Amino acid sequence: MRIGVVTFPGSLDDADAARAIRLAGGEAVALWHGEADLKVVDAVVLPGGFSYGDYLRCGAISRFAPVMTEVIAAAERGMPVLGICNGFQILCESHLLPGALTRNDHRKFVCRDQRLRIENVRTPWTSSYAENAEVTIVLKNGEGGFVADEPTLARLEGEGRVVARYLDVNPNGSLHDIAGITNERGNVVGLMPHPEHAVEDLTGAGTDGLGFFTGLTALTAASGQGVP
Amino acid sequence: MARYVVDVMPKREILDPQGKAVLGALPRLGFEGVSDVRQGKRFEIEVDGDADEQRLDEVRRMAETLLANPVIEYYTVTAGEPQDDA
Repeated sequence: MRIGVVTFPGSLDDADAARAIRLAGGEAVALWHGEADLKVVDAVVLPGGFSYGDYLRCGAISRFAPVMTEVIAAAERGMPVLGICNGFQILCESHLLPGALTRNDHRKFVCRDQRLRIENVRTPWTSSYAENAEVTIVLKNGEGGFVADEPTLARLEGEGRVVARYLDVNPNGSLHDIAGITNERGNVVGLMPHPEHAVEDLTGAGTDGLGFFTGLTALTAASGQGVP
Repeated sequence: MARYVVDVMPKREILDPQGKAVLGALPRLGFEGVSDVRQGKRFEIEVDGDADEQRLDEVRRMAETLLANPVIEYYTVTAGEPQDDA
């Protein structure tokens, strides 16, 4: 299982994402924002950070990076794509996911161990979790408030496309306490918390995040071939 | 040379924490009676050639695809001289 991790200028968590992929038994493949080449990967992670300095809007410039043309086309063909934090923002700007991420309602950067409920375990990224599993994963963002219009929210809720929801506190003003969503097909997932920082006991709040990466490798092993 | 100004504002229904921060600061500075502040962005764009309907459409497409995110923002395009510092 080859999982690409895109590095944009200003990405911060690409090394951690690659490490999480390796810990989960996958092969991490470095992808570069300026090259329209996915290097025959089976899936792609858009990591967290401040790509292009968050200029204009978070993710607005990254969306037009050469590599994103390929990521968008592959995602539309069904390739699994996970966007974490800034990656989630890029997926919304790319229109692969609905809605947008806005500045935290309390105006402060938030960094905390966040409890979440994994509500949709049918995506390739969440298939190793039990339905409604409650996990703790670090969250760190300044612009993590998920917003969408009422019809979009109703569709997301009605179709079970809320992948993860904040428990205990809403850390950033996200509507419906939404921490992560998926597209209609279920192959593209955007997540504001950082599972790649919760994969080893040595650091962080435990290993609850590892499931986001093991699910994919388990799926491939089961089918004996790459995810389409 | 043709000049256009694109103003991008957060939609009314979208919370604007930056505007709220400015609103909170004004009374502390002695400005009273301010009931709301919304913060947006202004782009001044220069393009080759004369201002015409086709150019205006092009600037609208720039606003639609890059300058504004229609999910959370709206924009207005105005043709003409941008205001100078002076």
